[in-house]
Amino acid sequence: MNLSLSAAQWWALFGQFCVLSLLSFGGAMTVAPDMHRSLVTQMGLLTNTQFNASIAIAQAAPGPNVLFVAVLGYQAAGWSGLAATTLGILLPSTTVSWFASRWMQRRAHWRAIQAFKAGLAPIVVGLLFSIGWILATHASHWAHVLLTALTALLVWKTRVPMLLLLAVGAGVGVAVN
Amino acid sequence: MNSANPTSTPASARELFWGFNRIALQGFGGVLAVSQRVLCEQKRWLTTTEFVELLAVAQALPGPNVCNLALMVGDRFFRWRGALAALAGMLLFPLLLVVAATWLYTRFADSPQVAAALAGMGAVSAGLVIGTALKLITSLRGNPLGKTASAVLVLATLVLIAGVRWPLAAVLILLGSLAWWRAWQGLKQS
Repeated sequence: MNLSLSAAQWWALFGQFCVLSLLSFGGAMTVAPDMHRSLVTQMGLLTNTQFNASIAIAQAAPGPNVLFVAVLGYQAAGWSGLAATTLGILLPSTTVSWFASRWMQRRAHWRAIQAFKAGLAPIVVGLLFSIGWILATHASHWAHVLLTALTALLVWKTRVPMLLLLAVGAGVGVAVN
Repeated sequence: MNSANPTSTPASARELFWGFNRIALQGFGGVLAVSQRVLCEQKRWLTTTEFVELLAVAQALPGPNVCNLALMVGDRFFRWRGALAALAGMLLFPLLLVVAATWLYTRFADSPQVAAALAGMGAVSAGLVIGTALKLITSLRGNPLGKTASAVLVLATLVLIAGVRWPLAAVLILLGSLAWWRAWQGLKQS
């Protein structure tokens, strides 16, 4: 469905993603359901399959997973669509975060700010364990579980290059298929 | 380990661009694990404690946590030019790659080999994130919350997000408020 967007449609899409950007605490994935409703259900620019594929593509490709938004836009309406969704999802949140983080930096000596950061630290570590766990549960073979455990150990205690580990993962994945 | 090694500084905004570019290009499945390794161990622009602190703030703000992280690291060294350079490094080439990947996907999506390879890489990605989390635990040692409270919060987060599947915002608000209050107490006593 590679339509070209009219100017009005472009601004509408851009605007929607700007709003989602401001709501995207925890990242763009948290507002993915809203994107789905907009792009698939309301505007009919993408099929459900294309939507899910976008997330898989962005995860497989190197770089921040937020780029699934770029894939959504590209599949919907080429480069113009990509610009609308990507700029929309990034500009507002980046601007807010820019000012908010600077505000906090200037007050880094405030106990409230120090407590805020200190309090969030273990939560962020817990969040990482959670992400790892959730990813690990996609395993469809005991070899995947072994890969995860071994990788975790190697990353924790050694400096084995991550790209090498990924390559081994790809190889093992094919081997046990 | 990191407290013994002094940190260094990027020489220019351009170095920030290439540094974050390097992070992004290795980040199959997500850049968090690679970010920690490159920023704290290879480039040594941040200590692990600083990394966790910045990530914590990045997480609490709207937008992708790694992009916010890049923004803050860039700002720390070269203000808006650094922030822009870091963000561009993180996003520019990956953006082009992801468009290329879209094209490849439509061609090879049905290949069982490709799916199997991706599944294996997914398993490794999970390990990369867990391994990184394990490394970050040491950064909690000096936390004003104290060891017990920190451990409880780590576990509570894990249970609520991975177990009960609460939305992140709810966890941040609930546990974040409790942690904030408890950390405030901890800082008052010291």
